[in-house]
Amino acid sequence: MRRRPSAAFWILVVLLAVLVILPLLWMVITSFKTIGESQSDPPTPLPQEPTGRAYGEILTTGGQNPVLRWALNSFGAAALHALLVVTVASMAGYALARMNFRFKNAIFSVILLTLFVPGFVFLMPNYLLMDNLGWLDTLAALIVPGAAGAFGVFFMRQFFLAIPKELEEVALIDGANSWIIFTRIILPNAKPALATLTVLSFLTNWNDFIWPLFVLFSPERLTLPAGLTLLQGAYTTDYPVIMAGATVAAVPVLILYVFVQRYVIEGVARSGIKG
Amino acid sequence: MAVQADAGAIRRRRTRASTEVRGYGRATPYLFLAPYLTLFLLFVVGPAIFGFWMSLHDWDFQLPGKPFVGLQNYKDLFDPLSATAEPFWHGMRATGIFTVASVPFLVALPLALAVLLNRKFPGRTFFRAVYFAPFVLGVAVIGLMFRYILDTSFGLLNAFLGLFGAPDIGWTNDQPYAFIALVAVTVWWTAGFNAIIFLAGLQDIPAEQYEAAELDGANSWQQFRNVTLPGLRPVTVFIVTITVLASANMFGQSVLITQGGPGDTTATALMVITDTGFSQFRMGQATAMSYLLALCLAIISVLNFVLLRERKS
Repeated sequence: MRRRPSAAFWILVVLLAVLVILPLLWMVITSFKTIGESQSDPPTPLPQEPTGRAYGEILTTGGQNPVLRWALNSFGAAALHALLVVTVASMAGYALARMNFRFKNAIFSVILLTLFVPGFVFLMPNYLLMDNLGWLDTLAALIVPGAAGAFGVFFMRQFFLAIPKELEEVALIDGANSWIIFTRIILPNAKPALATLTVLSFLTNWNDFIWPLFVLFSPERLTLPAGLTLLQGAYTTDYPVIMAGATVAAVPVLILYVFVQRYVIEGVARSGIKG
Repeated sequence: MAVQADAGAIRRRRTRASTEVRGYGRATPYLFLAPYLTLFLLFVVGPAIFGFWMSLHDWDFQLPGKPFVGLQNYKDLFDPLSATAEPFWHGMRATGIFTVASVPFLVALPLALAVLLNRKFPGRTFFRAVYFAPFVLGVAVIGLMFRYILDTSFGLLNAFLGLFGAPDIGWTNDQPYAFIALVAVTVWWTAGFNAIIFLAGLQDIPAEQYEAAELDGANSWQQFRNVTLPGLRPVTVFIVTITVLASANMFGQSVLITQGGPGDTTATALMVITDTGFSQFRMGQATAMSYLLALCLAIISVLNFVLLRERKS
């Protein structure tokens, strides 16, 4: 185990990294090619006549494919969704971790059970519910229903269980009530978990594909994933434009990822151990 | 004063031999739970029950009448002559093929990747972050990107294979290549996710176990067989379960890369369900399909939980 990595080891590690990076790089490179060049066989490694035409096309075509608007919708929905998840999940997780009450185990079991119910079961009934609430074709449909997912509660509960309860007991002696304890002592001590849950919820929502595909219709109401399908349909073989659209959807999350990768990776790792 | 209060706190702690902190009103826990439970009842529990109710009706949401048909929608799915059985089982077949073909790779390769990353080497954190990166992208980006890379005439993959004299392969429009492509893309996309979970599991195996094995003269492979694999069993059960669920939910890759083709060989169960419900408006039949698929998945999850657990003893 303590042997120094061999040359073969390094080749493998680097090769795998190239395998991950190359498709992404190819997407970005293609977005700067002309249509003709994007269809050349064999392909050119770098754009011979680099052009921003594809970006001009998707960022300015007067409302037909408002990619910027989609990006804004995606961002707004994902941010509000993450905020909602973190709020309700940390409150519920705290009660389940630290308080005793009737039906506690029953409630937690039911929540946990739904973690394993596949999402497509909720597709049609929630669609009808959106229709009845008047939320079809609005971002509310993207922000709210997903916050009912069990993962956040489960995740926050696990974290709160690990916080030493002496902290709360001292505050209790000082006469603080539950809400004060929760907001002044528990939440500040849960910053890493809150950050992780925020980032994971944001990413999930930003990337969600199937739900927005069916509950959003108007071009100006779409999020990026739903919009990209529209783009693929409208530009079929204009790959620079399609790759530009994909790049616009990919780059923000990749940049976010560079800064918060620790939270993302640790969040995912923890979900596995406890599961 | 303080001493008295402390004594009180300790007594309280003794009398309640649990993890809870006392000192809140009766309603407090429910108030903390209320916001989440409201959402949970409205968007999870309610719809789950209502969806089943829908599946018992001929539920066309464009029509005023939604006649109750009992279990007819379910019976139809098992009647070869009905209009819903053929497309549904065709979709189930595509989903089944994809799941069976993808899960072994999505478990074995991430395990290998995790073992690789579990060694200490300079830049380990960086490579770990790189391998995980594809997972932060959505299926829409993955789908569009690979639709281009896999293109028969001007895709990067065929150009690369062409260097070795391979003919152009129809990754998006020819079988079995379409399934191979869908599996490979999914591996590229999600291997890092499973690897991170495996890696956390590896790091939970006490180092002493390896030291003991080494003292007994076990080589690397024997250590892997006798220490690593048994130590990873619970994590493996978890990964197999979530990966089967994820693969059975396959939708975006097929929609964006193969458009369900060639023919409708890669049109998955979920594509058939959404087509039936949202394009043909036959939501009763579509929910019946959803519930049947969910039931299949529940049975598979329980089975692999039992099977993988059993071998332990």
